[in-house]
Amino acid sequence: MRPRVAVFDLTCCEGCELQILNCEEELPDLVAALDIVEFREAMTGRVDDCDIAFIDGACSRRSEVAALKEIRRRSKMVIPIGSCAHLGNVNCLKNPYPMEELAAEEFGPGADIDTIPARPISAVIPIDYFIPGCPIVKDEFLRVVEELLAGRMPRQPDNPVCAECKAAENVCVFDLKRTCLGPVTRGGCAATCVTAGAVCWGCRGFIDDPNIAAERLILRQAGLSAGDIAASFNLFNACQEAVWK
Amino acid sequence: MTTLKIRTERLTRCEGHGRLILRAADGGPPAVSWEINESPRFFEAMMRGRPWLDAHVLASRVCGICSVSHLFASLQATEAAFGIVPSAQTLLLRKLLYAGEMLESHMLHIYLLAGPDFFGAGSVIPLLEKDPEAVMPGLRLKRLGNEIMERIGGRSIHPQSPTLAKWLRLPAKETLRHLRGRLDDAMPDIQAAVRLFRGVPVPAFSRPTEYIALKHPPEYALLGGHIHSTDTGAHPLDDYLAVTNEYVAPPSTAKFTRHARTSYAVGALARLKVNYDLLHPLAKQVAQELGVAPSSCNPFMNTLAQIVECAHEIEEAGGLIDRLLQDGLREEDPAIPVAPGRGVGAVEAPRGLLVHDYTYDGSGRITHANLIIPTGQNNGSIRDDLEALVAANPGMGEDELRRLCEMLIRSYDPCVGCASH
Repeated sequence: MRPRVAVFDLTCCEGCELQILNCEEELPDLVAALDIVEFREAMTGRVDDCDIAFIDGACSRRSEVAALKEIRRRSKMVIPIGSCAHLGNVNCLKNPYPMEELAAEEFGPGADIDTIPARPISAVIPIDYFIPGCPIVKDEFLRVVEELLAGRMPRQPDNPVCAECKAAENVCVFDLKRTCLGPVTRGGCAATCVTAGAVCWGCRGFIDDPNIAAERLILRQAGLSAGDIAASFNLFNACQEAVWK
Repeated sequence: MTTLKIRTERLTRCEGHGRLILRAADGGPPAVSWEINESPRFFEAMMRGRPWLDAHVLASRVCGICSVSHLFASLQATEAAFGIVPSAQTLLLRKLLYAGEMLESHMLHIYLLAGPDFFGAGSVIPLLEKDPEAVMPGLRLKRLGNEIMERIGGRSIHPQSPTLAKWLRLPAKETLRHLRGRLDDAMPDIQAAVRLFRGVPVPAFSRPTEYIALKHPPEYALLGGHIHSTDTGAHPLDDYLAVTNEYVAPPSTAKFTRHARTSYAVGALARLKVNYDLLHPLAKQVAQELGVAPSSCNPFMNTLAQIVECAHEIEEAGGLIDRLLQDGLREEDPAIPVAPGRGVGAVEAPRGLLVHDYTYDGSGRITHANLIIPTGQNNGSIRDDLEALVAANPGMGEDELRRLCEMLIRSYDPCVGCASH
């Protein structure tokens, strides 16, 4: 029996769902191996229940809290995909503002807009696994699907990005007089940002036991103040900002 | 008396959350509304306080389909604020990366989102199961678009190599030659797309309106230029607010715009109207074969106009690579003169005109940001088209009418997540 798979989206750019559709070469095999029963962005139709629910996006509305509880109730397995679903991601940058103020600024005084501080899916319902990244890595998604099809739980990568950056033979960002979150960020991305010439902004979240004290030390040695660190590296991790305090 | 009420809770095969609401009483004219119920992310507020160094990294996250467009509009706004003019090399690389995005985004829309409507299917899945060979040319072209972005920008969604006034990792010559070969091989797939879509039943409908696109002769304007309206002619980019006139339309969580009429349209069809003469000859030939005339006022033709643009961008990308190979690539390290000021950046995202407008303080942090999104501009046109479409089809059964209305909305290739941002 092919597993019945659904893809849902909440507050996000939907880039992680698009990564599924970006598996152009694998798409024929993917739709043969999986019974894709609901995927609003790509197909018409909806169902009452499914085996695996992939969820793209953070929760930032009261209606999304209700939707998540409903998804949990009708899905055997719930897997957030991407940084928004996993960490809240950039959506959390709005959280310091009063919600009514944001709504009034954008839609006029007294606007009735359903918006609450953004949060990861796991803050609302229990999850069974997560696929990190902004966006998710295509190959990682395919690997997770393969493992689930084989009846196994996939193993979450737990090495820092640095290990993969070394394997990619990149010059260390700190040696280039820039700063990076690679030492404390969960790998699995092949250090794609550093390889492309940028730095690691930590979009995959922290590894399970990050050495924050050591990271803070090397950031300070690179000239960043405590305020700079929180301000520079809150981009994808605003919901995790407390770790720096 | 019974009241006929058709309500689609959500539009499928579309980026983001929108819904079509159609109400009609017996004998009376139906009322249609197009509502955006996407969760707003409040990007303008999120961008406040962002340093110039990563403003574009955040801006890219507005959209997963057109992240390159947002990235470039953002970089252009910051460059305009600081008075930076990027080098010819950087501009060539940006155009090449953008060609990848347009190809990918258009093929996604043509084959996966809007295309199934022409074949009476709910998604690409039954089409793939029935006749994979009909779908594969589109998927191959989509892959080519993604490959251009991966190899030139680092990855296809939220690429990392572009930054202010330079490229963080220059592509190797072998990479460029490889892509040149891939582009040379792409035309048979464009021809297959033309054969597949040449005879599709495009609903007969026409509603002349105001069309707006960037213009930048002698280029087919995509990354820069001034604003051109088919009603009022040229407008300087810095006057964009006088053209867009955003307004709130409750309960929608995306704004609408209007200019010379109650609404205006942006996107592939608008660009064809403004810049048809500047298309590559091969793209014009594709337009003729598909029956896409720049005089057309049929919004359903927008999907076919995107095929024309894909042919243009494949030709364009090949030429860009030739120039990059001929000129050679060199590392650049331009100074960034951070200064207080305001800058406006504009690009033609795959689905239409996109504007980012930032004001910076003396420390290089954003104090004010404004984003004008293509689908926000098309919202009013979608609403007006729906009204005219319903009026033009009296007596049509409700299921058929609902499908036709949904197909109309999809023709605009809406990016609702962007529109709400």
